[in-house]
Amino acid sequence: MNELIKKAVALLESDSVQVIIGYAEGTGTRTRAIFITRTADCENLIFDSRCVQNLAVYLTKSEIKKLGKPAIVAPIPVLRSILQLAVENQITENDLVVLGITPQSELVDFESFAAIEAFLSTHQIVIEEKYQETIREIKAMPVTERFAYWVKELEPCFKCYACRAACPLCYCTRCTVDNNQPQWISVASHPLGNLEWHIMRAMHLAGRCTDCEACYNACPMSIPIHLLTKNMLQDVTENFGTYGPSLDKLNTLSSFKPDDKESFIR
Amino acid sequence: MTEFEPKIIAFVCNWCTYAGADLTGTSRIKYAQNVKIVRFPCTGRIDFMLLLKSFGEGADGIIVSGCHPNDCHYTSGNFHARRRWIMFRGLLDMLGIDVRRIQYSWVSAAEGAKWADIVNSTVNTIRELGPYTEYEKVAGYLEKEAKQ
Amino acid sequence: MQTENYLIRKPSLEKLFNNLIGSGKTIFAPKAKGKLALFDNVKAYGEITEDYIVTANSAKSVVFPRTEKLFSYHKSKEKTEITDAANSSFPEVILWGTRPCDAAAFIPLTDTFNGDYKDIIFNSRREKVLLLSFSCNKSDDYCFCTSVNSGPGNTSGSDVLFTKLPGGDYLAEVMTPKGQLLVRESIDLFEPKPEEDKDRNLAVVANRFNQKEIQAKLQNLFENPVWDDKSRACLGCGSCAYVCPVCSCFDIQDEAHGNKGTHLRCWDSCGFGLFTLHTSGHNPRETQSARWRQRILHKFLYIPNKSKIAGCVGCGRCSRSCPADINILETLTSL
Repeated sequence: MNELIKKAVALLESDSVQVIIGYAEGTGTRTRAIFITRTADCENLIFDSRCVQNLAVYLTKSEIKKLGKPAIVAPIPVLRSILQLAVENQITENDLVVLGITPQSELVDFESFAAIEAFLSTHQIVIEEKYQETIREIKAMPVTERFAYWVKELEPCFKCYACRAACPLCYCTRCTVDNNQPQWISVASHPLGNLEWHIMRAMHLAGRCTDCEACYNACPMSIPIHLLTKNMLQDVTENFGTYGPSLDKLNTLSSFKPDDKESFIR
Repeated sequence: MTEFEPKIIAFVCNWCTYAGADLTGTSRIKYAQNVKIVRFPCTGRIDFMLLLKSFGEGADGIIVSGCHPNDCHYTSGNFHARRRWIMFRGLLDMLGIDVRRIQYSWVSAAEGAKWADIVNSTVNTIRELGPYTEYEKVAGYLEKEAKQ
Repeated sequence: MQTENYLIRKPSLEKLFNNLIGSGKTIFAPKAKGKLALFDNVKAYGEITEDYIVTANSAKSVVFPRTEKLFSYHKSKEKTEITDAANSSFPEVILWGTRPCDAAAFIPLTDTFNGDYKDIIFNSRREKVLLLSFSCNKSDDYCFCTSVNSGPGNTSGSDVLFTKLPGGDYLAEVMTPKGQLLVRESIDLFEPKPEEDKDRNLAVVANRFNQKEIQAKLQNLFENPVWDDKSRACLGCGSCAYVCPVCSCFDIQDEAHGNKGTHLRCWDSCGFGLFTLHTSGHNPRETQSARWRQRILHKFLYIPNKSKIAGCVGCGRCSRSCPADINILETLTSL
């Protein structure tokens, strides 16, 4: 990614930005986030298929904000998160420079969030067939069996909140689960505490989640929590039309149509 | 053994369903006594966590009810609530939480009879489904652990 | 006690497991889950995986559960009835397949719960745990046990340590009276000790740093750019602390339901911003770097100053599980 490095150097040299948020080699075969403030370090920037961490999560972290205006290396999942953060007024165009990366690993400049939206309109979120199949299988279980399945899947959860920490859209400085007046969710990681936590997490991402799988990738216990958000994404599409972050649209659950259809209200 | 009496919590809005339930009473319509009503300013204020808390505290069934579409005292609270319920219901269903145990309805201040009907039919449904033992087992984990 | 060495043949190992299960013991062992191995309750020998360096979760939860009831109460008009968990009898648990680092971790962990206050519940649980460890025959870039006075064939903490020999049989080193008892109960499965050299069958784990030097350096390193540098990518989750076999911070929670309730001890992590947040809104560890510093200082300065041993056993779990690839070894070697 020589082009990326050149671009990063130019941005830092011209003082257009003060920090480059990108990917670098990590431990073993892993890659990791890197925060470059000196041009000499730009050569550490890399991009390849191993770079899956969603860097957009750093845009709202106070420690990173302190470093100054960032340029962020942004493959598709990061672009989606950036757009969603823009929809939610968490970032503005003047706050950052986006170093977009196409699925063909080409560098692409975005002049505005609108340009990102236009680009993403040709890269819609698609739930992979293998996940659709898994979701179908789960939904085909009798209800008690399905419940038992999830209680068992959530059992290893010890509430380290890596799923929350890794999610670019979980930017609240105080999470519902951290509140104790009222205490909505038990702090303890027993079956009920875990169940309530994951329902709450999923619900708060309803119509906002951009399917980057950061939560699942972060989970040290490999709990398939991304199935919950993927299922919701399907529900959003089914009930309210196609989904994707959009600058001139409110979030699914922040908006409504008088003729929204359902079949269960008497 | 005594017959199972469902414990049902109803979350209702102040302006329509609560007034409707009032009318049921003043109209001297008899209906099942299994329901405990919690009054909210608007269905838009009914947090989904309240429903989870109800199950966690031992409810067998839940009723959520408010103004008919276009009748919301705050214009759009029920429209927002409707979207939330659509998403919440889908999520609960995915997780294997029995969505038949939650009855959503629109009951206006003039529908005293409809309220009685909603409560009666919900009680019947829950009576057929029986106590929500699966959820109780999860919620009562700590207590059971003590007995071991 | 004098260490006793035996040979146990591969099929006998399975028989030993079956004997233990047959006698009604609860056994926790590594089970495969996708690419991970997790310590979990196992009922059959076939459920155990051998394909792991260390498990993703640590074994500490058998003595320090992530949610533990300290007492429960029940209030009635006449009286309040309190059930103290310290009076309960805890189950006998066998940890099968712990690594030497896992076993070694029980030493600082036990230390922590036996300071000014001797934690009855912890100690009662600990007494009931039997550690049947297996030496490491493979390691990875994250391992650094040899730098913290342990090693791939280290016996400390284990009741019995099994080392796999060429051909698939095992050397069994019996370290404690508890281990001895186990061997006596199934003595027909054990044969006289083999001639084979143990060390030749162990993984190689390079020595990466000198723990005493680190401890000395850390004395004067409270203000240092390294903390910022190495923690910049930190997301502020508790994954490192929760997979750590030594981390023992906890939070006390009360769960009340009407006239009854429970008083709980739940895991907590210094990685969370909320960990040190005061009611006033002031937070003495305001940034993620201050929290990362605390983690390192606690393990490599405070605990060693107090107990003479490190608060880290070099298992590398924290680094492996970190969603941001923050590597504890990297921080330590760059001090």
